[in-house]
Amino acid sequence: MDFSPSDFQAILLSAKVASVATLVSLPFGYAAAYLLVCTRLRGKAVLDGLINLPLVLPPVVVGYLLLLSLGERGWLGSLLAAWPGVRIVFTWWAAVIASAVVGFPLLVRSIRIGLEGIDEKLIQASRTLGARWYDTLFSVILPLSGRSVLAGATLMFARSLGEFGATIIVAGNIPGVTQTIPLAIYDYTNTPGGDRMALLLCLVSIVISFTVLLLNEALVQRFRRSRS
Amino acid sequence: MNLFVSLRKDFERFCCRPEFVTNSRRLGVFGRSGSGKSTLVHFLAGLLRTGRGTIELDGEVLTCSERGIWLPPEKRRIAVVFQQACLFPHLDAGKNLLYGYRRTPAELRRVDPKELIEVLELGSLLDRDVETLSGGERQRVALGRAVLASPRLLLMDEPLSALDEGLKYQIIPYLREVFERFTIPFVFVSHSMNEMRLMTDEVVVMHRGAVSDQTTPDELARKRMRRTRVGYINLLTLGGGRENDGLWTYPWGGQKLLLSAGGPEEGLYELSSKDILLFKQHPEAISARNLLVCRVGSRFELGDRVGVELTSGSEKLIAQVVRPAADELGIVEGAKVFAAIKASAFRRLY
Repeated sequence: MDFSPSDFQAILLSAKVASVATLVSLPFGYAAAYLLVCTRLRGKAVLDGLINLPLVLPPVVVGYLLLLSLGERGWLGSLLAAWPGVRIVFTWWAAVIASAVVGFPLLVRSIRIGLEGIDEKLIQASRTLGARWYDTLFSVILPLSGRSVLAGATLMFARSLGEFGATIIVAGNIPGVTQTIPLAIYDYTNTPGGDRMALLLCLVSIVISFTVLLLNEALVQRFRRSRS
Repeated sequence: MNLFVSLRKDFERFCCRPEFVTNSRRLGVFGRSGSGKSTLVHFLAGLLRTGRGTIELDGEVLTCSERGIWLPPEKRRIAVVFQQACLFPHLDAGKNLLYGYRRTPAELRRVDPKELIEVLELGSLLDRDVETLSGGERQRVALGRAVLASPRLLLMDEPLSALDEGLKYQIIPYLREVFERFTIPFVFVSHSMNEMRLMTDEVVVMHRGAVSDQTTPDELARKRMRRTRVGYINLLTLGGGRENDGLWTYPWGGQKLLLSAGGPEEGLYELSSKDILLFKQHPEAISARNLLVCRVGSRFELGDRVGVELTSGSEKLIAQVVRPAADELGIVEGAKVFAAIKASAFRRLY
């Protein structure tokens, strides 16, 4: 293997960005799915639409909108500029945010399907046995939606690994700083004689994705076994 | 227990508007499917929030739409046993059993888990995964779970309907034992007349969303005798039987009953009012193995049918005949009649 230091950095950064984006999104994704399924909230359709918007928008559009709002003159960017030294655009945090926004709908969708599959009678039984809504959430709903959370997290992690369009706009393509595997592959394909390296990185990408899938399957199996 | 209910909820094609007051600690709610029984249960438990009306339990207002009162389910202390046991699949039977107990403040706990586990014979099931339990076992765990929450009122929504016929009546002794031991008032919802008579003292009859009658289960069974194909079902608890020539002999009201489907332990048997033949005089020889000498306790008319209450010692049986037969037999209170019953007419319930 003749990876350059920046290639190794790209591989590590990809894993880091995807992991952080997934972990940070999990509680929010669960809360969003819970609001959509288990509560009688008004304006559910609007919330649902907003969450799913990144799924139907071109990632480049998402990236551009993020750049506008996170940039120094953007509404979020100017708020963050109040803290000295905080800058998001063109750092790896921007890549995390881009991955989080683009992968979020996938996460919510999976958890939602899991929550919808829980028998409402179980929730009612728990309430009549003296559990308050948050008690029911932690003692019944959360344990019963474990598998869907896992599936959603896997899906989101995989989507984050492949994130390109939004990332290149809001985080840039700076080797060693914000260059993830897809961006590095993009660079190699634009370089004469870079085909071999591009293919190697593709291979790495495949290995990581496949490992995640296997890991997911193993965890699902464990879930099943612990319940029977 | 004192329960006051006056509710109204409009559905698309149907309006549920139960209204009744009761002091019974063993109340039945009887009606066909779609008569609004389950809606009533959901209202009582606080699982249904929409709709108008008032629910008061022992003087406390649980729901009152006019005053904007609605106590959430976890504060009502009204437990529910559903038709499907609804056990939590991620917890074992023991943890299911203690789910409500752990959430009941210590000063309100009135049931000792050990004692209950003994009564319901759950000891060997505690470590089991609930998916591996049989239907009857699941329902026993569900009942135990509800009782251990020490509720002020226990609602049972068709708790036996999902079980097959044989199992159904095996659960009833457990139910009776539990309620006798722990004195918890309950509302038993069912479409089965037998269950009403075995479990309750008073019945509220629901018909198309409204209460059409409020009476005792026996009175209700008599009223319904004409409308059902099976007639009035006599329920007999028989014990101390002896087997002889393939038939079981039981003492009953100072006389003897012979049954083909008997057993050594005490059991519950049903006998339809249509399976009792009446004679004015002692017949010389008949194929039916039972010939009882009875007095007419009372007679009640239902259209063209006549119900005859027969007494023997302290026991009672209801027979039914058509009106001309009643006149020929001279059915009046105090008259002596002979009742012939085939040994095979009795059906064992448990």
